[in-house]
This record gives sequence, C-alpha cells and structure tokens, in this order.
Amino acid sequence: MRLRIPFATTALVAGLLSAAQASADTIDLTMYYPVSVGGALTDVIDNLVNEFESEHPEISVEAIYAGNYDDTRVRTMSAIESGDTPQLSVMFSIDLYELIEQDAIVAFDDLVETDEERDWLNSFYPGLMENGQLDGKTYGIPFQRSTIVLFWNKEAFEAAGLDPETPPENWQEMADMAATIREASNGEQWGVMVPSTGYPYWMFQAFAFQNGHRLMSEDGTEVYFDDPAAVEALEYWVSLATEHNAMPDGTIEWGTLRQNFIEQSTAMMWHTTGNLTAVRNEAGFDFGVAMLPMNTQRGSPTGGGNFYVFKDASEEEQRAAMTFIRWMTAPERAADWSIETGYMGVSPAAYETDALREYVESFPPAAVARDQLEHGTAELSTYQGGRIRRTLDNAVQAALTGQMEPEAALSQAQREADAILRRYAR
Amino acid sequence: MALTAHHKMQMYGALLLLPAAVLLAAFAYLPTITTVINSLFLPGFRGAPPEFVGLENYRFLFDDAKFWKVARNNLIYALGTIPTSIALALGMALFVNGKLPGRGLVRMAYFTPTILPMIAAANIWMFFYAPQIGLFNKLLGALGFSGVNWLGDPSVALGSVIVMSVWKEAGFFMIFYLAALQGIPPELKEASDLEGTSRWSFFWRVTFPLLMPTTLFVLINALINAVRVVDHLFILTKGGPNNATNLLLYYVYENAFSFFDRTTAATITVVILLVLAVVATLKFTILDRRTHYQ
Amino acid sequence: MSSTTTHSSFRNSTSRSRRLSIPSLETVAAWLLAVIWIFPLLYAFWAAFHPSEFMVRFELFAPLTLDNFVNAWSQAPFGRYYLNTFALVTGVVLAQFVVCTLAAFAFARFPIPGKNLLFMLVLIQLFVFPEVLIVENYRIASELGLINTITGIGLPYVASAFGIFLLRQTFKTIPRELEDAARIEGCSWLEILWKVYVPLAKPTYLAYGLVSISHHWNNFLWPLVVTNSVSSRPLTVGLGVFSAPETGVNWATVSAATLLSIAPLLIAFLLFQRQFVQSFLRAGIR
Repeated sequence: MRLRIPFATTALVAGLLSAAQASADTIDLTMYYPVSVGGALTDVIDNLVNEFESEHPEISVEAIYAGNYDDTRVRTMSAIESGDTPQLSVMFSIDLYELIEQDAIVAFDDLVETDEERDWLNSFYPGLMENGQLDGKTYGIPFQRSTIVLFWNKEAFEAAGLDPETPPENWQEMADMAATIREASNGEQWGVMVPSTGYPYWMFQAFAFQNGHRLMSEDGTEVYFDDPAAVEALEYWVSLATEHNAMPDGTIEWGTLRQNFIEQSTAMMWHTTGNLTAVRNEAGFDFGVAMLPMNTQRGSPTGGGNFYVFKDASEEEQRAAMTFIRWMTAPERAADWSIETGYMGVSPAAYETDALREYVESFPPAAVARDQLEHGTAELSTYQGGRIRRTLDNAVQAALTGQMEPEAALSQAQREADAILRRYAR
Repeated sequence: MALTAHHKMQMYGALLLLPAAVLLAAFAYLPTITTVINSLFLPGFRGAPPEFVGLENYRFLFDDAKFWKVARNNLIYALGTIPTSIALALGMALFVNGKLPGRGLVRMAYFTPTILPMIAAANIWMFFYAPQIGLFNKLLGALGFSGVNWLGDPSVALGSVIVMSVWKEAGFFMIFYLAALQGIPPELKEASDLEGTSRWSFFWRVTFPLLMPTTLFVLINALINAVRVVDHLFILTKGGPNNATNLLLYYVYENAFSFFDRTTAATITVVILLVLAVVATLKFTILDRRTHYQ
Repeated sequence: MSSTTTHSSFRNSTSRSRRLSIPSLETVAAWLLAVIWIFPLLYAFWAAFHPSEFMVRFELFAPLTLDNFVNAWSQAPFGRYYLNTFALVTGVVLAQFVVCTLAAFAFARFPIPGKNLLFMLVLIQLFVFPEVLIVENYRIASELGLINTITGIGLPYVASAFGIFLLRQTFKTIPRELEDAARIEGCSWLEILWKVYVPLAKPTYLAYGLVSISHHWNNFLWPLVVTNSVSSRPLTVGLGVFSAPETGVNWATVSAATLLSIAPLLIAFLLFQRQFVQSFLRAGIR
C-alpha cells in the first residue's frame, strides 16, 4: 500500500485541476474525436460543445481529441475494452465493420423514437450515409465528411502559360498541364502531388473509381485490387512521376503536403476538402478548387468521420447522445462547421442556411466537395479494415517507389487480402 | 533461539521483498508467460473459444514475408546505429578528454540530444527530412543538387531513421567512454611519450584495449535500444513506405492496436524476447565476468 | 582519423602559444561535430521564435515572435500535460525509491533462501522491460482498472531492477559496524534502514532519481498505449498526438510545442549539467 501514497497524492492534485465535476442530475457524456487536417479544429469542437452545454444544461459533454483516425479507433477500443466506454464518438466512417464485429455500437434506427427523429435520420446526403450503413441499418451519422478535391495554384498556371481559370478535366490533361508547369518552372516547381502516406488507399480509390472500378463488395467481405481497371489506375498514378516527370518520385507525405502547396513547391495537389479553410488562410496566392479529373468517369471516395453511439451506454445516456448528435448535425451547425474547416455540410439543408449560402457565394470552392458528391463512392471499408487498408497502402507505396510493378503489387495485395478475409466470406 | 532469530530475519527479508516481487510478477513475469501462451492459441472466431494450435502461429509468422522484412530492417537498423554511434561516441570522448578550447560547451553540445524525448527529436528531424520544403533538400537545392525523398524513398528511409538515432544516442555513450578515459592512469601516456610512441599506435595498443569493458557495456545498451526504442517511427514514417522502416516492436504495436491481432503481436513479442535473451546471455557471460558484483 | 595522425606528427614541436593561435585539426573537427550535434536544437529554436515563413529562410533580422507558443498552448492542453507528466514523474520516482530501497535492503542484508537466484530473476527485468510486453501489460493494466490513469503509466516501472541493483550495490558497501551501533541503540530494522542506510546512499538516490526522471519524462510507447485522454496523457504523448503529420502540421507551431515539452528538462540539464552527467555515469557503470 505504501507505493500508492505518492500516486494518490499526485492524482489528487491532478484531480483538483480537472474540469469541474458535473452535479449529480446532469448526464455526463464522453466523446472521442479525431482531427486529420490542419488548423485549430480542437478549438472549433470545444466551442461547439460549450455552446451545446449552455443550451442543454442537463447534459455535459467531455470531448477528447484522440489524434488521427487510427489513433481514435485505438483509443476508443481501448477505452471500451477497459470498461470505461465512451457514450459516443466521432470515428472513421469506415470503422463500421470493426465496431460491428466487436459488437460495440447500436443502430440509429433503434434509437430514433419520433417521426421528427426519423426525418432527421433521412436528412443527410445519401452518398455520405453509404459507409455508415450495413444490412439496411444506419450505424454512423455523417459529421466531418469530405471528398478529395484538386487544389490548383492559379498563379503557377498563369506563369506556365496555362489558363489560370481552367483546371484539368481528365487524366491526360492533368498529366500534360503538370508536366508543362514543371518544365516552365525549370524544375523549380512540381506539377502535381497526390499524397501517398497517411491514407494512400483513399487516393488510390479515387483513381480506381475514375477508371470505373470499385475496390470492394457491398458487404465488406471481398476486395478487387487486381482488376485490370485498378492496375491501370495505379499505372497512371505511377506514370505521373516516371513518364510525365510531373510529380516527385517516392511517397509524398500527407501531413506536409499542404505546406508544399502553400510554399508553391507544387502547383496542384489532391487533398481532402477538410483542408480548405486552412489553405485559404495560409495561401499567399490565388488558388482554385476543382473536382478531381476523370478518366472514364468522375469520382472520389467520400471520407472522414461519423458519429457512433455505443452499446454499453445506458438508455438515458444514449438519448442524451442522440440529442447532442442531432444538435451537432443540425443545418446551422453543419454550416458553421463547414465554413470553419472546409468539410462538407452534411445535409442539403446546411447549404440552404444563410450562412453557408453566403459563404459559398463569396467563396465558390466551398461547394466543390458537395457538387462532387454525386460522383462519390463509399470509402474502402471491409472486415479487418485496418489490415486490408494497410495491404493496399503497401502495394501503392511499393509501386510509387518503384519497388514493384503496379500489377505485381496489386496482385500481391489481392492475395494477402483474400487470406485475411477468408474467414468472413458469407 | 538462534534458529528462530534466523527465521525471523528470513521472514523480514521476504516481507521487504514482497512489494517488488508482486510488481515484478504482475508486470514482467506473468505477462511474459501469458505472451508465450497466447502465441500458441488462435482466438475464437465470432464468439468461439480460443483454440490451441501449437506452433502454427509461428509457422504462419515465418511464412510471412513482411515479418522477415521487418526483422531484416531491425537487423540493419542495429548494424547501422550501433557501430556508428559507438565510434562517434569514442571520438567525442577523445575530443573532450583532450585539451580543447571550449571543452565544456563542446561536451554539452554532444550530450544534449540525449536528454530530449525521442518524439521531440523526431519532430525536429521531420523538418530536415521533409521533401521539397525540408531543410536538407533546401540546402541541397542551394548547392544545385536535386532533392532526396529522405523518408519517402524506401532505399533511403531506413538510413534517415538510422542517422537520427545515431544523433540521439552517441552523446549518451560518450560519457561512459569519457569516464573510462579519465580512469586511465596518466603514467601510461607519459611512458609512451618518452618512448616516442605515436598517438595513433598508443590509441590502438593501449587506450582501445583498456576501453574494451566500456565498449562491451555500451554495445549491450545499444543492442537493447535497437530493439526497444521505436518512438521516432510514430512521427517520422509510421514504418512506411511499404514497411521499409518498420521495426519489430513497432510491428507488435501495429498488430496489437491497429489491427486488433493480439495473437500475431504475442508471437512477434516472443521473437523479440528471444533476441533479448541472447543479449542478456551475452551480458551475463561476457561483460559481467569483468565486473564484480559482490 | 587521419587528422589525428597529422596532428600527432606536429605534436612535439607544438608550443602552447602556437596551439592557441592556430586551432589544430582536431580542435576544428571537435567543434565542427559539436556544431552539427547542437544544430537541430538551435534550428528548433529558430523555427519556434520566428513566423512560419522563416522556417527555411535564414535572415538575421527576421522578426521574433512568441505567437507560435501562444498557438501551441491554445491548441492543445499543454498545461494539463505538464501536470500529468509532473505527477507521473514524481509518483514513479518516489514509489521506485520506496519499493527498490526495501528490496535492495533485503538483498543486501537479509538471509533469504535462494537469494542469488532471486536476484538473477530481478535482473531479468533489465531486459524484459514493460515496453516489450505492451500487449500483455496492457491487458493486465486493463484488468486492474488502470487504463487511462497516471498510476497505470507508472506502476509497471515501480519495481525497477535497475534501482534495486544500484541500491543493493550501495548498501553492500556500508560497513556493518554502523548498523550494529544503531541496533545497540535499540533501532528496529526499518529505523536502521532509514537512519543509517538511506542517508549514506544519498548520492545513489540522486543519480538514480535523475536517470529515472529523464527516462519517464521522455517515455512514450507505454504511456501512449495506456492513456486515452487528456486527463492522463503525459507531455510526450500529448506532443505526439499534437504533431502527428496527418494533422497537416504547421511547423512553427510544432517547433514551439516541441520546445515547450522539452523545456523543463532541458533547463534543468543546462543548470545541473555536471550532476546529470555524473548520474548517468553512476547509474550506467556498475
């Protein structure tokens, strides 16, 4: 017992400084959430939570920033495992299968009670609901959702003799324009950068979908990495560096890419729309945002985080979580959130609010992600998602770094993925 | 009576040991045993009970090219960091042990990286390594060279990680050499000066052999660190690209916490424990023969 | 190495005054290495105290700013992280002192059957440290309800083989006569430990304490695994979460955050350099 004393004292000191204890009749909610883009998003969340608490004094929410999406999954699962389950969390939309497999979450269909709530459940863009649904039930409510968009530096375009107002429409144009810029800058500036760390599978999914190919089955038990259309997509990505000399060799860091764009070391980048506001605040030049270029069709996977409610929470807590989630996803908040970050307004109603309508009018790039949604596809989501995604990540990186040919890399990934998913085939 | 007093002493001693014993059992022995046990079972699928599979998990692991890649990385990492940091540490110690203007400052410069957290060091080096906008490539660019994708090119990435580790570690090892150098009697030096021995041969014939126990000690520590410290990977590369910089312990972390595959994690952990057992044997047999415990 | 030989051939003729006027190759090499070694840290200072556009542009009169620190401080609860780290380090070191002292005393002075074997068992922990066993230790911490607590971060390190080893060595050097004198005065074993052994082992405690403080201030992997939220996250984990590259790092802010988290230890080190180095030495060389 001796050894506990110092801990007890220090823990006491720590406890004294922790947030004021909520009184007995309030409902305490704990929520983990990720941030995967730049800017002080934790502040934005804290402010939203404070506002919610002042409107709903009976509910107190502790929002815990847990790192990136992977970290957040790890932290939440760890909390669940240790019996310290949060009542709700914002997690990767594609964590669905893992959460289901761990039997951790409840369907919103079972939580809604009134018609009003049922309407709310149907108020979101269907494209954003895809990753949150399984077997006809909705488990994830869209919150910080994005698509991949193309950011381009208008001044760089102009300097290279391109029309600064016309972004590339298709793969060929993007490669040509990027090569032109690279040449015109005498090798000072790259034409385009597509990030290949962090979430390489996500970017690859965009290429594949633009080539008319979807990488996984609806039920998350099969993947199709080695399809000729997928191989072609990866070959194109690789060729941007090897053939067109428009993109640097090797992998491109997700995290520092925005900085690269800001510092004008690349004229175009593919990145999540969640970065938009940060780019807008930091860029010292005129830039535009466009939908990703197409090959056989337009396309981008959706991405980002959904709200989940956990099974271990009491009924009362689940109701309170519902109240909070409804409040957070209400059109006005969705509009604010979109303006603050660049993430999408998750419902059509959000874009009809005065705030977001005016914002989009004054800053048209803010609507690109939404407009692209009609060409959207669900993000890569399967059972054993972490491992499957890593398999594909490795293949993409192996191809981009010249360790393997795209076809060989993807066939290997397919074999590995098949082995991982063997147990899940229905 | 004497016997009971003796027993009393024994009891008392055991009581004194108790807190440490309980804690060691809970956080060292028990987990070691359960790790080994877990590596022999496959967890039940969809609610089924765990199944004893013998060495199958090991067979599976050894069939996995990724595991071998990670193991090879770790070997290269060890071979890359250990001799370099030992040589540098020795060089630093020799510098600082001599009559050097501003010796205190130099010693401080060498030693300071040691007290930084690995995470902080990695943050700083991230700025150096970032392609295009990072400091190294800016410098290369200014000299007219094209940049290197320090962390994104699989043929360079592990080397970049190694360089950072050497920077972090060398100063720590230096202090042991420094202490050992100061323990070498000055008469030896004086005698060799009288004989006109060159400094070069004095170093190889006298100093270096005398430093052997220190070198062994540092070697053991460096070996342990090569297995145990993977913090920087969380910032620099996350083991990528395509596992080019993945190390065993990071691979354990990934398996256990990113993929929820505790079985594979346990199996790799056992491999790590075996490596450490070799290091421990090395230490207890070779090193400790030279130092006296009692 | 060629520099050493060149230098040594000059050596006999080198007079003291000459050495002062022209720095020898060896001196130049030593200083060059020192500059290289300290450069990353200086660079972090540069980046943290200048606006972000000066990250890779070195201008002597670039404007200084504290904004990066303000940003870092406001974007993450560094105050809380400090407190957690402080609580962790204090708790671990004090607990280690108590537990290791008792065990070391037992090993040094009590006739325990199978003592040598037991001691070897303890030494195993020098190699099988908590980080390697993260998976199982995590499970155990979870069963003890220690996930996301500062106790959970510290407890696996409390019974430190290293501490037991060091203190046992020290206790063994203390002459029995001192102990006997105390016993004649009627002191109990614990009183003897407290009045005779502990005071005489003060330098060992200092050395071990400093090493332990540095280690736990800087420890990352296990705290990362065992903490879930701000309430227990120490500085290293907070910094790791804050500056993970996925968040689209603003370098200037990350530099500031990095300096914030290393500052206390760094300052302590600069002030008490000699004690630090000697502690590491004492703790390292048995």
